[in-house]
Amino acid sequence: MSVRVQEADFDVGAELARVTDGNKRIGGLAVFVGLVREMHVREGYHRDRIDALTLEHYPGMTETALQEIEAEANRRWPLEATLIVHRYGRMEPGERIVLVAVGSPHREAAFEACEFLVDWLKTKAPFWKLEDTPKGEQWVGAHEGDDAAAARWEKK
Amino acid sequence: MKIRYFAWMKRTVGVPEEEVAPPDGTDTVGDLVVWLRGRSPGHAEALAEGAAFGAAVDQRTATFDVKLAGAREVAFFPPFTGG
Repeated sequence: MSVRVQEADFDVGAELARVTDGNKRIGGLAVFVGLVREMHVREGYHRDRIDALTLEHYPGMTETALQEIEAEANRRWPLEATLIVHRYGRMEPGERIVLVAVGSPHREAAFEACEFLVDWLKTKAPFWKLEDTPKGEQWVGAHEGDDAAAARWEKK
Repeated sequence: MKIRYFAWMKRTVGVPEEEVAPPDGTDTVGDLVVWLRGRSPGHAEALAEGAAFGAAVDQRTATFDVKLAGAREVAFFPPFTGG
């Protein structure tokens, strides 16, 4: 289990090699990489071009929140390895923001746990996106779709 | 206790953090919000009734009924938008 919050970019290949290195019980590794999009669709039709994105976070609380989300995934699925790397600071379209990798003996658990981790980190880890657009800076608002995605995983 | 503000709330309040000594009777996060509103027009706007913001007590997400007893750091922030 591993969580990192950093300003620098990461090397996906090197990160994935480290996740599985020496663990031959892993039969499947599911991976999500989040990137900065050049367009932000607001309210379904209105589009803003994005020149850059600045991610602010709450040092200390961020790491704790990500570790708790990771621990919850490990309670729910039989996982062999988990990795979350989340960047903060200024990024331009095309740059990587977040990496989530989940290794398990079988693919079902890896796919499900990876989706769970992405859904929960979007709504439960203290990050805020500030977009630099031709019309000026705009704070990104919470998405109802993200809340609904995260709610799917709440225990009944 | 230390109060911290994040994202747009930091700009609206005007400072990223401040040390405050709330009066006796400020027992919960909700009580603290009401008291902080009186500190400046920026505070009143950022922490307005109906504004979409959450809180954390000592770096754990907290609802407004959470007790402040012994808290060292309380943070206020808009909904999270990471990932």
